[in-house]
Amino acid sequence: MSETAIPLRAPRSLRLPPAGLVLAWAVIGLVLAWAIAPGLFAWQSPLQGVSGSQLAEPSAAHWLGTDGLGRDMYARVVYGARESLLGACLAVTVGLSFGTLLGLVAGARGGLVDAAMMRLVDTLLAIPSLLLSLSVIILLGFGSINAAFAVGCVSIAHFARLSRTEVLRVRRAEYVEAAFGSGGRFGAVLWRHVLPNAMTSVLALAALQFGSAILALATLGFLGYGAPPPTPEWGLLIAEGRDFLASAWWLTCAPGVVVVLVVLSAERISRSIGARRT
Amino acid sequence: MDSAVRLNPAATAASGTPLLAVEDLAIRYVSGGASRRVVEDVSFSIAPGEVVALVGESGSGKTTTAQAVLGLLPANGMIERGAIRLDGTDITGWSDRRLSALRGTRMSLIPQDPTTSLNPVRTVGSQIAEILQIHGERDRGRIRARVLELLARVGLEPAEMRAQQYPHQLSGGMRQRVLIAIAVALRPGLIVADEPTSALDVTVQRRVLDLLDDLRREDGTAVLLVTHDLGVAADRADRVVVLRQGRIQEAGPVRQVLAAPRSDYARQLLADAPSLATPRARPAVPATAGVMLKVAGLTQTYPVVGERGRVFRAADDVSFEVRAGTTHALVGESGSGKTTTARCIAGFLRPTSGTVEVGGTDVARLSGEQLRQFRHKVQLVFQNPFASLDPRQTIGQIVEEPLRNFDPVPKAEREHRVRAMIGRVGLPDSVLGRPPAALSGGQRQRVAIARALVLKPRVVVLDEAVSALDVTVQARILELLDELQRELGLTYVFVSHDLAVVRLIADTVSVMRAGQVVESGPVETVFHAPAHDYTRDLIAAIPGGGGAAGKAAQ
Repeated sequence: MSETAIPLRAPRSLRLPPAGLVLAWAVIGLVLAWAIAPGLFAWQSPLQGVSGSQLAEPSAAHWLGTDGLGRDMYARVVYGARESLLGACLAVTVGLSFGTLLGLVAGARGGLVDAAMMRLVDTLLAIPSLLLSLSVIILLGFGSINAAFAVGCVSIAHFARLSRTEVLRVRRAEYVEAAFGSGGRFGAVLWRHVLPNAMTSVLALAALQFGSAILALATLGFLGYGAPPPTPEWGLLIAEGRDFLASAWWLTCAPGVVVVLVVLSAERISRSIGARRT
Repeated sequence: MDSAVRLNPAATAASGTPLLAVEDLAIRYVSGGASRRVVEDVSFSIAPGEVVALVGESGSGKTTTAQAVLGLLPANGMIERGAIRLDGTDITGWSDRRLSALRGTRMSLIPQDPTTSLNPVRTVGSQIAEILQIHGERDRGRIRARVLELLARVGLEPAEMRAQQYPHQLSGGMRQRVLIAIAVALRPGLIVADEPTSALDVTVQRRVLDLLDDLRREDGTAVLLVTHDLGVAADRADRVVVLRQGRIQEAGPVRQVLAAPRSDYARQLLADAPSLATPRARPAVPATAGVMLKVAGLTQTYPVVGERGRVFRAADDVSFEVRAGTTHALVGESGSGKTTTARCIAGFLRPTSGTVEVGGTDVARLSGEQLRQFRHKVQLVFQNPFASLDPRQTIGQIVEEPLRNFDPVPKAEREHRVRAMIGRVGLPDSVLGRPPAALSGGQRQRVAIARALVLKPRVVVLDEAVSALDVTVQARILELLDELQRELGLTYVFVSHDLAVVRLIADTVSVMRAGQVVESGPVETVFHAPAHDYTRDLIAAIPGGGGAAGKAAQ
């Protein structure tokens, strides 16, 4: 055991980042580009079908084939990125801001406030997430924005949990005490010291939640609670392709694979953020 | 274990070769593409049973040298040239597997930090047993008997009970004893002790070093003692090797180096060691100086968990007065209540009873906004400069922050005051934009002092503010505090476990034990004519105290 006593400094060399991480960023970058300028990547209309070429197999003209209405599947997947990413961003923003606020207040105040808030969070965690988001949608009404908001609500509990723990850790740090000692007001110390130092792992969780939000939105879209047809949305695309699963499997698989890749990439990036924590 | 790799100590002892010989050692670190040589041309040898001290400030290469001897260099460190001969065999090129067989059996390590070097989820008994198992002992009964014997040997008794305890149930000194037990378990020829007592109180330090001395004498073990404190080396070593920036400055018998240091650096170290330094004459305090701080009947109690009605008295009826512009020291071992008292003065703790008057205001009765405004007057400097600065702020932001908390100061004025204060504590302007991580421990503590002083407080409470620093850095910080006090008329409350340091900076002192003040008065009186046994104990514990003077005189 004496061997472990000498602190081993990790070797820091100028190595390239791991290939998996590069690939993950490439996937996310490409999907982002799709969302920002879909016209650059897909030259066919995602909404206008070409009559006579329904359910075409993948070919040079239609990379991913066409759906039951003769719409180019590749274009629909590319245009669908905007809907899905926007939804996921909104969901993560909702979860991150409300969750962090809850966690920050609970962790910093402690006592009764903490206990009350955390029991609320426990309750949220106890309800199955799909059921919870469906109830929110039913309360708010259908639509892609509402679906995104519902998915965000589900992740509030996770963010609150993590940020509370981080705040508790940072709150005990000597520099926070020193900040109070130099006359800092409660709010100022939270803003200047506690929040920035607690955020690293919360941001890692945000990247992770981004992946699961896409998945949850696709689920809601598949169930028909998200964006209404004919909007190209990944979950909806999968649902529409389901009817032709036997004859045109690529209609379900193509958007499915894209969702899987994006979720995996988000997870990989989240891990790299988490690993950077000191 | 493979017996072929074990060296034969009996054969070499007779032939007169040194136990350990380091020859022309050069070590290089590679980090981020750049490579830096940290140890160069270092040669020394240790005979069986001898104690050799490697002395130097942090960054001098002393720990790197010790790690190289054990074959435990970090992955980015490499031995460029030179030889490390153990019992005459060069072990520099050995594989880690061959070295593992040597570690524990022929040489072993006593690490620096007893709090992190033990596994918190295993009993100390099983951790001592581990080294026996690693090196091939299989018989449970024999292992158990040996563990108990070792525990008794390092003075942890009753051994049966101690073996069942977990590290958190032991004090820092006891944990260090466990580590010593592990190090001596297989009776190695050489023990490398890397700052074995730097994290401990002086009294505990003395007991641990005494133990190491006894074990060494009984077994004839050689010790390579790595320390930044020449005082410790003076007491314990036969020979010293003074290192600076990876090179040997001076080497020789300890008496010779202490009595007539040849290099400037050794002279500097000698002057900086608080235990060896002669106290500066402190200017007499004008009799007209009023009382700045008055602590009366300060008591802080905590309920004992699990026992209703019983309370733990962290501070018990503590009273003293400090006159404006002077330094009052609170001295004692850990747990003596000195930090509790300091925190009450700084307004971080509300005492259970008693008063703390700073310039006429009773701190104990302040709360909320009043307490916040009071922070203008009293500032606390924390012990650990690595924990007390926010890693995400720049030095400029850290020093500026107190100014932003009170009456609005225009930005230009703030920047001017921050620059002036950074300059005042002896740091270059260029540090303003850097994060704390880019600064050394001493520089960080200067930043912490600058942060405390930027509000122009009347009283500064220094809670072990120099204890975590090397003697050289410590000496510079003490000089800085001294200067600042004279220029700004500051009143200090200086909390320390080290009477030698206190003697260098304080005018008056309160010696604390178990929450109570056992003795107080002017420092020189307490130092020369201690009235209480406990004070005498503290004075005797100062490393280098009697021993160094004696050795130097011979």
